[in-house]
Amino acid sequence: MNLNADRTAGRLPDAFLRPGSSSFVDFLAEHAPDRLPGNRAVPAGTTDPATLSPHATTIVALTFDGGVLLAGDRRATAGPMIASRSIEKVFPADEYSAVGIAGSAGIGLELVRLFQLELEHYEKIEGSLLSLTGKANRLATMLRGNLPMAMQGLAVVPLFAGYDLDKGVGRIFSYDATGGRYEEHEHHGVGSGSLFARGALKKLWRRGMDADAAVRVAVEALYDAADDDSATGGPDTVRGIFPVVAVVSAEGYERVEDAEVARVAEQIVAQRRERGNLA
Amino acid sequence: MNMPFYVSPEQLMKDRADFARKGIARGRSVVVLAYAGGIAFATENPSRALHKISEIYDRIGFAAVGKYNEFENLRVAGVRYADMRGYSYDRSDVTARGLANAYAQTLGTVFITESKPLEVEIVVAEVGAEPADDQIYRLTYDGTVADEHGFVVMGGQAEQLGRKVKEGWRADLSLGEALRLAVAALGSGDGAAPRTIEATQLEVAVLERDRPRRAFRRLNGQVLADLLAEGTEPPAADAKPVPEGGPPEPGTPVEGAPEAAAEGTSEGTAEDAGGSGDDKPDAGPDSSGTSPGTDH
Repeated sequence: MNLNADRTAGRLPDAFLRPGSSSFVDFLAEHAPDRLPGNRAVPAGTTDPATLSPHATTIVALTFDGGVLLAGDRRATAGPMIASRSIEKVFPADEYSAVGIAGSAGIGLELVRLFQLELEHYEKIEGSLLSLTGKANRLATMLRGNLPMAMQGLAVVPLFAGYDLDKGVGRIFSYDATGGRYEEHEHHGVGSGSLFARGALKKLWRRGMDADAAVRVAVEALYDAADDDSATGGPDTVRGIFPVVAVVSAEGYERVEDAEVARVAEQIVAQRRERGNLA
Repeated sequence: MNMPFYVSPEQLMKDRADFARKGIARGRSVVVLAYAGGIAFATENPSRALHKISEIYDRIGFAAVGKYNEFENLRVAGVRYADMRGYSYDRSDVTARGLANAYAQTLGTVFITESKPLEVEIVVAEVGAEPADDQIYRLTYDGTVADEHGFVVMGGQAEQLGRKVKEGWRADLSLGEALRLAVAALGSGDGAAPRTIEATQLEVAVLERDRPRRAFRRLNGQVLADLLAEGTEPPAADAKPVPEGGPPEPGTPVEGAPEAAAEGTSEGTAEDAGGSGDDKPDAGPDSSGTSPGTDH
């Protein structure tokens, strides 16, 4: 950005006044390409880039009657170390959608920040919301821009869930590191613990569940993931750290309160204790 | 070779100013006024799509009169300026003062150097944490900036309407009172009998002080009609809950991450969730701040 260059001397740069796209990412690419997360060159070196940033782990999503739910555990790891016990990996993308990230945490958080801004920017410029598929496609485009970094080992794998205002249903989209976008039905999970979480989701998910039942299924799936995957954090009753659970419905994005998640987690722990050491 | 006639600089500037003023006076007026809970914008505008009042950033609103294509261009530039700045630094570093300066320089340069000045007049307003922190900047076609207190009327018969607003304005107006005052002023032009303007003919928006992040909200339909109706019912009492704030930025501390190490703290995560500026079905999402007890 050349705000202080002589030719502009405090006025808005010409690029700002040029009619163009409603996309902030496109504007950045044109005006200040160095600010795009994916545009940074990763020089070849002896350091493995994947060790530079902690790894964010498991995210699950599931639909329920009247919306969709997105939940993530709170752990980030750096190799065998726990880098963070309280990281948050599930965010509102806008009023009617949520995004969770697995993979390289630093890049992922920046990607989410830019994605939130992209949706808000479009909303302000156009005065209307993007369709849910439109939002999902924007995220795919942004991921595609990150491909060079992904190939160096700094991959981000988001999970996007939102309420489709036109169809009146919750929908889930998964991605790969190349920007491939796949619509998932009923439930899905990404990240290191997703193998176990998906197994649990398969057994626990029921058609026609309400939001409360969905919260329980999500927390239980994350519990199972934490049980078998060292990189996924379980409910931490000592410090009071519980998964982030977000519900998106016609009423918009709502994060389930920690007290409620804690209550559900404690129920699950109690039930498992009762069953003995089976799970 | 063509010899241009000599025109004195005074005459040149005067001609340009007259030209711009004429263009601006042709439009309908916009009233911007502070009330106890924030800043309200009102104008007569039957169009639902071509807005004269818009959101620029979390706490900053924009209102304009004059040529639509010219102020629309400035509005988009303002949104880009604000989003760019917020992305490069932090959301709290985007201020109305900075934006007003950039607009002033732009308008001033165009006034002097281009073949025609911009026929626009703009208000950039920012709602603060306290009424004393509210800022209202009025920018004219030649780049003049005025730091206004209380209220601004621009476009159309601005002076006449301004007198009318001045009579009734107090710092502690409620939202309903402020809007009724603004609409009465808008209908009082022409010198003739005051007109009553229907709610459907109005474009009204507010920057609400108490909303956590995105303070801008459009008022229309029944909510607006109720506010304009006589009486002192609490504002929007029967409306659905207002959407609050917007998405928090990801910035949770990640130990070992270069970004987090540079920033140090968990800024961003304590912001509130949700967010919509416009006339959508509303919801009031809860805070998505960092949960308590996350010491590690």
